[in-house]
Amino acid sequence: MSGRDALTTWVLRFYVVLVFGFIFMPIVASVIFSFNSQRFPTVPLGSFTTEWYTAILNDPDIWEAARTSILVSLSTSVLATFIGFCTAYTDYRFKFRYKYGFLALALLPPTIPLIIMALAMLAWFAKIGISGQVWSIIAAHTVLTIPFAMAIIRLRLNEMDESLEAAAWNLGASEWRAVKEVIIPFAKPAIISSMCLTAAVSFDEFAVAWFVSGLNKTIPVVILEIVTGNIDPQVNAIGSFVFLVSMTLVVLAQILFMTKGKRRTVTP
Amino acid sequence: MTNSPASQPIVEFVDVVKRFGDFEAVKGIDLEIMPGEFIAIMGSSGCGKTTTLRMLAGLEAPTEGEIRLDGQVMNDVKPHDRDTPMVWQSLALFPFLNVRENVEFGLKMRGVGPDERKDRAMRWLERMEIEQFAERSVDQLSGGQRQRVALARALVTEPKVLLLDEPLSALDAHLVIRMQQVLTKLQRDLGITFVYVTHSQSEAFAMADRVVIMGDGKIAQVGKPRDIYRAPANRFVAEFVGRNNILTGTVTELAGSTVAIATPAGTFTVSAEGAALPAVGATASFVIAADLVHFSPDPMAEENSVECSLISEEFVGSVMTLFLESKDGTEFKVQTQERVLANIDLKATGRFHLGWSAASAHLLGE
Repeated sequence: MSGRDALTTWVLRFYVVLVFGFIFMPIVASVIFSFNSQRFPTVPLGSFTTEWYTAILNDPDIWEAARTSILVSLSTSVLATFIGFCTAYTDYRFKFRYKYGFLALALLPPTIPLIIMALAMLAWFAKIGISGQVWSIIAAHTVLTIPFAMAIIRLRLNEMDESLEAAAWNLGASEWRAVKEVIIPFAKPAIISSMCLTAAVSFDEFAVAWFVSGLNKTIPVVILEIVTGNIDPQVNAIGSFVFLVSMTLVVLAQILFMTKGKRRTVTP
Repeated sequence: MTNSPASQPIVEFVDVVKRFGDFEAVKGIDLEIMPGEFIAIMGSSGCGKTTTLRMLAGLEAPTEGEIRLDGQVMNDVKPHDRDTPMVWQSLALFPFLNVRENVEFGLKMRGVGPDERKDRAMRWLERMEIEQFAERSVDQLSGGQRQRVALARALVTEPKVLLLDEPLSALDAHLVIRMQQVLTKLQRDLGITFVYVTHSQSEAFAMADRVVIMGDGKIAQVGKPRDIYRAPANRFVAEFVGRNNILTGTVTELAGSTVAIATPAGTFTVSAEGAALPAVGATASFVIAADLVHFSPDPMAEENSVECSLISEEFVGSVMTLFLESKDGTEFKVQTQERVLANIDLKATGRFHLGWSAASAHLLGE
């Protein structure tokens, strides 16, 4: 349509490929090296092998860490999404004094440098005597991921015809009932999407987990421990596995959010 | 109407005021609505008509005054404890439910079991002639079909009062006419009270038994559509109803119930039948409906007449509106059937004589 010449088009396309290449090359490299028989990540590659995967599958520490990670990320996703939903609904539905203060507080965690957050959490948990437990990681991750959950659900509520909830009251639903029958079903795609995303963030998160985990290591913490000791291609194998889990969750979240978003039936 | 004179009003507004912070949306309205009445509340946007309706549904609480439903004071009753279902401007159908589930919603909230719910919903869908879409998603329906779903959903609990908030505003013109017929017939058949809020005069006048004209948070006039059209209570209503000629001047003479008023366009006689007689020397306004003005290229023997030049014309269906101007610059509107004009070459004639009787002019109160 526009009179953009072919050269500009190709330059722009090349630029996009370059950007994605820059982002994904390290990951692709890591996946490739995870199947490489040589101990050191160098070219030319050696032969194809699955020995690093076999090694991690036989390592009880990795299994333990995977169990912790899965427990932490599932619990985090449920808790963060629940609190995020409540925060989003509060913002959507009510007008009150100091609402901006409330929102600023709710959205604050991502703006704090992770290392500061991690240290503060460690100090605080130690002070009240609950550091080094699985649920101290869950608590820390929940705090970190609530803002994501809140943002996703708030966006979905924005798409809702504001008469919808009033229509439910009008047809005999109490306020609680209207939340159950109208708000939650309407926000369901965003709720599921938020659960996937917060689970992915928690599954990947290292800094906070490293500080507060104590003996209950999560997978990212184990990875760091392996690489600080020596160079071990096992890391590439674990990395590929973590990447697969996170990407699946993120893509799932995106698909859910996009497809349901298109199907709205709000009339002007 | 079929009400006996002894019947109690179903809805009463007693000196109702609604303020949002410093803004007064409704400034003290009194209104009684009788059972089985089709009442239209009409006004331009921001006149308080929607706020009035929302107060009746309990979505807003009146700041002052009292709202009674079937004799009971409703001020503090929660929306879900009232039986005043509403058809929303946006329709507000639940997008995550199918057509039948939408209609069942009100019954489900009232604890009606699944089988009975389904039966009753299906009966209403049949009545609205959309039963074949029962299991469809609401966004697969056309505008008119969605409208019917919204009506069925509101009526399924068989309420005494149905509230409608500009329900036809999203439809195109021929569908509006079609839905007007559906609504009028439905209201007759069910015999329940319809409170219909609209900014559209044609919708209000076509359907309502009585029309409430609101302006600036107050009720300007309540009456049958014909009365409002022929005898607007004041200048606001006359201007709102439109297609009128409104003239203002000084009262020069009183003769019986006829008043002579000197305006810049000339001195005209006006019947003051049923209105308070103004004093000689006072300022008075009167209105002549555009379709009661006769016109001719030649001078005519009417009680009142004025010579005008043609400015422009507007042609809608078979109705023609002429816009004219007298020598002093006063604007006149004349409405007539197109066939009446068939033999007159408007452009070539240019100048016309307008005439009307004193009885077709109506004195306005202020």
